[in-house]
Amino acid sequence: MNFSRIARITAIGAVAALAVTGCAANEAAPEASTAPEGATLSGTLVGGGASSQEVAVAAWTKDFQTANPDVTVDYDPAGSGTGRESFAAGAFAFAGSDRAFKTSELSEMSFETCAADAGIVEIPAYISPIAIIFNLDGVDSLNLDAATVAAIFMGDITKWNDPKIAAMNAGVELPDLAINTVHRSDKSGTTGNFTDYLSATAGDVWTHGSVEEWPIAAGESAQGTSGVVQAVEGGTGTIGYADASRAGDLGTVSIKVGEDFVAYSPEAAAAIVDASPLEDGRGEGDLAVKLDRTSAEAGVYPIVLVSYLIACETYADAAQAELVKGFFTTAISAAGQDAAAAAAGSAPISDTIRTKAQAAIDLISTK
Amino acid sequence: MTTTVSAPASAPAKVAQRPGDRWFSGSALFAGSMILVTLAAVAVFLFVQSIPGITATGEEASILKDGDFWDYVAPLAFGTVWAAALALVMAVPLSIAVALFISHYAPRKLSQSLGYVVDLLAAVPSVVFGLWGIGVLAPAVQPAYSWLVDNAGWFPLFAGPASGTGRTIFTAAVVLAVMVLPIMTAICREIFLQTPSLHEEAALALGATRWEMIRMAVLPFARGGIVSAAMLGLGRALGETMAVAMVLSASGGINFRLFTAENPNTIPANIAQTFPEAYGLNVNVLIATGLILFIVTFLVNAIARVIVNRRKDFSGAN
Repeated sequence: MNFSRIARITAIGAVAALAVTGCAANEAAPEASTAPEGATLSGTLVGGGASSQEVAVAAWTKDFQTANPDVTVDYDPAGSGTGRESFAAGAFAFAGSDRAFKTSELSEMSFETCAADAGIVEIPAYISPIAIIFNLDGVDSLNLDAATVAAIFMGDITKWNDPKIAAMNAGVELPDLAINTVHRSDKSGTTGNFTDYLSATAGDVWTHGSVEEWPIAAGESAQGTSGVVQAVEGGTGTIGYADASRAGDLGTVSIKVGEDFVAYSPEAAAAIVDASPLEDGRGEGDLAVKLDRTSAEAGVYPIVLVSYLIACETYADAAQAELVKGFFTTAISAAGQDAAAAAAGSAPISDTIRTKAQAAIDLISTK
Repeated sequence: MTTTVSAPASAPAKVAQRPGDRWFSGSALFAGSMILVTLAAVAVFLFVQSIPGITATGEEASILKDGDFWDYVAPLAFGTVWAAALALVMAVPLSIAVALFISHYAPRKLSQSLGYVVDLLAAVPSVVFGLWGIGVLAPAVQPAYSWLVDNAGWFPLFAGPASGTGRTIFTAAVVLAVMVLPIMTAICREIFLQTPSLHEEAALALGATRWEMIRMAVLPFARGGIVSAAMLGLGRALGETMAVAMVLSASGGINFRLFTAENPNTIPANIAQTFPEAYGLNVNVLIATGLILFIVTFLVNAIARVIVNRRKDFSGAN
């Protein structure tokens, strides 16, 4: 009896000791890798911001860290608002944001990471088309113009076989079905850019302006891009808006630009950024694009989300300046943009933007 | 004959305590006090972190928009209680029925395997229930919702417009009911099996049918246990996060319509959806909504306990 009790206690003790050794920190040193030629960068680069760029930043990080094995890049997808604030407060060396800083913010905020009186560099590094997706049996594509889309999402047009829709889609069999709109329940840059498009092109129909949180209570709400896509897929006669990379094989809308109906495509999405002017009143490195959603140029798709990478023009720390320059150069390079397109479904930036962005990146220096 | 009245006994001699007694009572005391300490720690955390949120205004905490904290939390609290109440209305009778079937009606083999299957249902993660809800249940019930709205739309609960995807508060309540069913059934089953067999046999001997025996001997005995089971189920239904977050289309305020797409959100689902992108005072506001949920659960449990204790003297257990 005594022996079996001692044996039991010993067994428990042995198991506990084995379990605790499993918690020991991994002390094995990482394998020394042979650095490729020309790589002199090392250190840690900490940034954060837009969750829309998360997958693209991961692709750029992978490329950058492969070329510079001693570098670690950390990106915290805490949201554009948090990214901008933390960048200004000095917690991040660079930020990702679905909108550029407003000029009022630039004059009011002080940027702790940057050297005093320095400007900031903002480059449009991530372009993502927003597709209007719908689920109708037997219909793969619909032609709609901005006023009709606005009326649908306002709740003014309630049936699929409404004459306004039929007028633009001759030959398409539209059922007598109620339209169910699906929108994002969370605050989102996708909503912001979609409503920006509606208020710019159909401001008399869409009266809620450009907002990041859907302003109307009516209609289905879903969480995140995947939620919207699932809601549209699972419903009947549903229509919603989501990042084009996740549209799958749902029907999509070709939007009227000028006289043609343009379907979304990476080239068309990049074309609208080319066709839009830069905002004035900003520094040399600040390439905030004033998207011209009403542009009538051929082959542009105006419903896009443009996400920026933001950095200082002058860093107090020389090493940080080099790291940021290297990372941004990887991001806008053709290889980087293609990697992001493959991973995240974004539209690669055009060469025009690349040249301008590279000029802005070259301004990054240390004091 | 005088009866001898013995002098009041002196305090009974202290029972010899072995080390095992001391260890066991000590660890039981420790475990009990740890529960209280944990609960107190959670409550203190909630209180301390919520105070800045409760007093915040719309400018300080962007999540509040134009109103104050109470405007923000009122529809959420309503949605939580409404969804949980609907779920319990569906689940409690069903779980009592299943438990009665397992304990009193089914042949032994069937009851064992049925009990096993019900316990398995408790092991399914809530995310899987959420996926099942949006993938299978919502599309399947959507035609029923449309039909009810078209034909019985005069009834306030069934007012339209019907949701096109079926992701309504009623669907969320059905998913919640499926999730709380196994817990309640397991507890009720154990309680029903504990009924003193003498009571049951006495009822049968008096000529009662099986249902009358259950009504006379089993259910009164089990009343306290059924309420405990329902409270456990209610706690789970009130706190369920992922399943509701995935299934519910939450864009509305306080309303009683079951089949529309404008439903009030629930507090845990709202926290799960909003917390990732929240910063600053918004986090405090969200924690404050958690505190409200804590208080609501506490109140409902207290009310249930009071109801049970008032009838304690009449229950079959005494």
